[in-house]
Amino acid sequence: MAQYVTDFMRYAAPTTTDEAVELLQSDPDARVFAGATDLIPQIRAGRPEPSLLVDLKRIERLVAVSHNNGTWTVGAATPTSALTANPEFSAAFPGLSEASGLIGSDQIQNRSSWGGNLCNASPAADSVPALVVNDARAVIAGASGERTADVADIVTGPGETSLNDGEFIIEFLLDDPPAGSSDAYLRLIPRTEMDIAVVGAAVQLSMDGDSVASAKVALGAVAPTVVRVPDAEAALVGSTLDDDALAAAAAAASAACNPIDDKRGTIQYRRQVAGVLTKRAVQIAAQRAKGAN
Amino acid sequence: MTVTENPRTYKYVGTRPVRHDGLDKVTGKARFAADLDMTGQLRAALVRSPHAHARIVSIDTSKAEAMPGVKAVVTGADFADLDPTHPEFDMAVNLMARDEALYNGHVVAAVAAVTAAQAAAAAAAVEVDYEPLPAVLTIDEAIAEGAPIANPTNRTLFSGDTEPSNLASVNEFGRGDVEAGFEAADIILEREFRTVAVHQGYIEPHACVADCGQDGKATIWASSQGHFAVRSKTAAALGWSTDRIKVIPAEIGGGFGGKTTIYLEPVAVLLSQKAARPVKLVMSREEVLRATGPAPATKITAKMGATNDGEITTLQSTMYFDNGSTKGFSALTGAMSVASYKLPNLELHAIGTVTNTARSAAYRAPSAPQAAFAVETLIDELAQQLGVDPIDLRLQNAVVEGDVTAMSMPHPKIGFVETLEAIKNSDHYNSPVPQGAGRGVATGFWFNIGEQSSATVNLNEDGTATVVTGSPDIGGSRASMALMAAEELGLAVDRITPIVADTESVGFTDITEGSRATFATGMAVVNACRELIEQLKQRAATIKSVDVEQVEWVDGAAVIEGQDPLTIPEITAMAKNTGGPLTATASLNAAGAGPSFAVHVADVAVDEETGETTILRYTAAQDAGTAIHPSYVEGQIQGGSVQGIGWALNEEYIYDSDGVMENASFLDYRMPVASDLPMIDAIIVEVPNPSHPYGVRGVGETGIVPPIPTLANAIAAATGVRMTALPMSPPRLLAAITESAGS
Repeated sequence: MAQYVTDFMRYAAPTTTDEAVELLQSDPDARVFAGATDLIPQIRAGRPEPSLLVDLKRIERLVAVSHNNGTWTVGAATPTSALTANPEFSAAFPGLSEASGLIGSDQIQNRSSWGGNLCNASPAADSVPALVVNDARAVIAGASGERTADVADIVTGPGETSLNDGEFIIEFLLDDPPAGSSDAYLRLIPRTEMDIAVVGAAVQLSMDGDSVASAKVALGAVAPTVVRVPDAEAALVGSTLDDDALAAAAAAASAACNPIDDKRGTIQYRRQVAGVLTKRAVQIAAQRAKGAN
Repeated sequence: MTVTENPRTYKYVGTRPVRHDGLDKVTGKARFAADLDMTGQLRAALVRSPHAHARIVSIDTSKAEAMPGVKAVVTGADFADLDPTHPEFDMAVNLMARDEALYNGHVVAAVAAVTAAQAAAAAAAVEVDYEPLPAVLTIDEAIAEGAPIANPTNRTLFSGDTEPSNLASVNEFGRGDVEAGFEAADIILEREFRTVAVHQGYIEPHACVADCGQDGKATIWASSQGHFAVRSKTAAALGWSTDRIKVIPAEIGGGFGGKTTIYLEPVAVLLSQKAARPVKLVMSREEVLRATGPAPATKITAKMGATNDGEITTLQSTMYFDNGSTKGFSALTGAMSVASYKLPNLELHAIGTVTNTARSAAYRAPSAPQAAFAVETLIDELAQQLGVDPIDLRLQNAVVEGDVTAMSMPHPKIGFVETLEAIKNSDHYNSPVPQGAGRGVATGFWFNIGEQSSATVNLNEDGTATVVTGSPDIGGSRASMALMAAEELGLAVDRITPIVADTESVGFTDITEGSRATFATGMAVVNACRELIEQLKQRAATIKSVDVEQVEWVDGAAVIEGQDPLTIPEITAMAKNTGGPLTATASLNAAGAGPSFAVHVADVAVDEETGETTILRYTAAQDAGTAIHPSYVEGQIQGGSVQGIGWALNEEYIYDSDGVMENASFLDYRMPVASDLPMIDAIIVEVPNPSHPYGVRGVGETGIVPPIPTLANAIAAATGVRMTALPMSPPRLLAAITESAGS
């Protein structure tokens, strides 16, 4: 039974990544947080309290957004509202911007971040499929310095990541989308907001005239981690997005699902809707990509 | 929007002043029970059963008692030993288990400590030795041959049986001859309907503070729908006399029937008595969902016959309502709510069941929405098959004054026909159905009740007034009381202060339930005002040295021919010299609560690839008798509609196979959010209730009755698929659409 239980946790707000790394080395029970929009409800629901909470939002690099030499650099603790409100970013990555704008409520959006959304490692995280189809990379800080990894390789299972003890994400890197390309993200929830994806589908397409030059499809909430769907991508590439290609992509998406039956959705429903959302997201991304030509 | 002409016009009744308690509520200053903190106060935590059904072999509290900060621990052994025939037995055992834990989440012990964290830690250290027993989780399991007994103290109500049973109640009633009715019918429809448990979903979790003194008396601050009932139920659970308990009402953050019973107060009182300190006990949302108030799950079969010219000849229905862990009346009220159509031949079997799930509680027009789902779906299909307008079919069969209810009681003056016509004439119903959408209509009925109320009206020395009642204000009733007092006294509504007084400061008043506060407590206020006017006339006569017969009361002043009128401030200024303060009290057991009917229409679009339903437009008409404060009448109509919409589309208790609720949070118990809904257009119909001085009918409950069948009928119109099980959530609707396409 949930009780709101708290002893005194320690709280630290370092202003450099080095300080943060040091703090994490000092205490094996320490946890970093950005917006804490997952952490606080988890503690209130009875999860064990960390002995030390390290607030990453005071480190400048973690809340900075820049665009230089064809690459976007987005601090891992940047509030998602700062991205959805950024017209240049939202024009470059409309699907990723939409996905980022679906996390929680307006108030939550002022706290929630890609870093938190990714490292909470929920299979249903909205920003992750959209980050994956855009080939996002994560710059990771740790005791042995900085390293870079693909976002697709960070989450290894529900609540599990490939980050080593004491590591945290500093920022994300995204290359400018090539000309004639765009993205889209759709999710299904039984309500219109304030809910968790039953299925999420992200698509990134590059168009060559009316035919598809390249395609990336990733699904959320239908497997222990976000899944790329190479069969759907193959069905789309070279096609003009005719009904057969769309149906093949939808079927491939449904087939790629490895979902569970739970209080949020059934296996059959998730499979069926994954195909539907994939097809619809492909159509939206294609429209946008043609507009970007 | 009000459509019908009320034959009388008023100066204050029917206006929309800002509610007296509004500013405090929107600024956060209003004090709810969980906001209260007492000097020296302890925090309490509850120990709950992890089993759906288990014998409690022993409870060892010694470790918990030795933990830091712990001041008191109580278990079932500390509570009064009530006889199972005592009317409060089930309530008392529900708030603290005795021999058996009857559902997952049933409280088995409680701890009070200096901090909430210490209390929670100590609660976790209470050692309970359980012997798990077979659990019964559903209606089908409860009624199965050879089913284990869910609650050994249960005896079936109305049956005379003396053996334990999983049946909570059994009733049969009707009229005419259903077989003859079916023979006379040209069309016969029969379906089985299922609904699952849903919660009232009030924002404020249950909370109280109790302070037991050295004199053996306790003061309780509690959020409830009726603090006199908190007093009597607490007294019963403790075996105390009521004079030992004073209950001070805190503001209430929603109840919808779920706060007509109690869960916490006797526990907090006993802990306070043991610790000799005030004790605060506040539920978490998870506790609220797991262990309070679901409305019953149901299984209803209904068979209806009609002639080709649209006369509904017969209804035969068997209604199972699951009460959860104890007996109750949910099946009875469900069957009784079948009261909207003439139905010359009627046969109803109402059967309540007992299962090892949380004890159900009242929820806004209790049991009527589930019954309406069945009846209003069949009528819709009938209209479809006959090719007639669904409102015309209902008008043809609608009850009018003198027609009888399911219980064969004649209806008093009612406004069902007027409410049907209000929708038939509405802009919504006369607009084309949007392309690809479906339109559904359905109706609802609720009895409403009177019960006992008291009111005192005090005139202050400057001529302002205080209206004192004992009805907690859960829907704007303070404003309604002030408006009726204003109308009677001829005093501006902002010169009247309506308050809700504690159990020692106002006469006994029953719970705010059955949509009764504005009707019954309002009538007590009116009677007190009328008594006060007689006093004012007497004082005016004294001041002017005339006979009281020469004094008329007109527009808030005493009028004597040939003299200047005497206003209330002029009379109260001289009160000391004319007999002392002016005050009047009235109490009553109100009769003649007028039933209220509602008719709803909805346009929905269904995404046939995902099963998502979008409500494009929704209009709700309801007979309010007379709308004392139209904004709050509209609020009740809209609120009831929204709760019904949530019930129809997404809300559900999801239990695992061990009887554990899997979705005990507002994230996964999916009530509608604002963006899920269109504006609910409310149409107030006014067919005054002749049994109330202003014609009031209760309006709080009926609005929740029509939405389920309204949406089911709209979905059928949009997709061709008849949904007979709730919720009509995207996965269920998509499965039904897929199945229908395959067949």
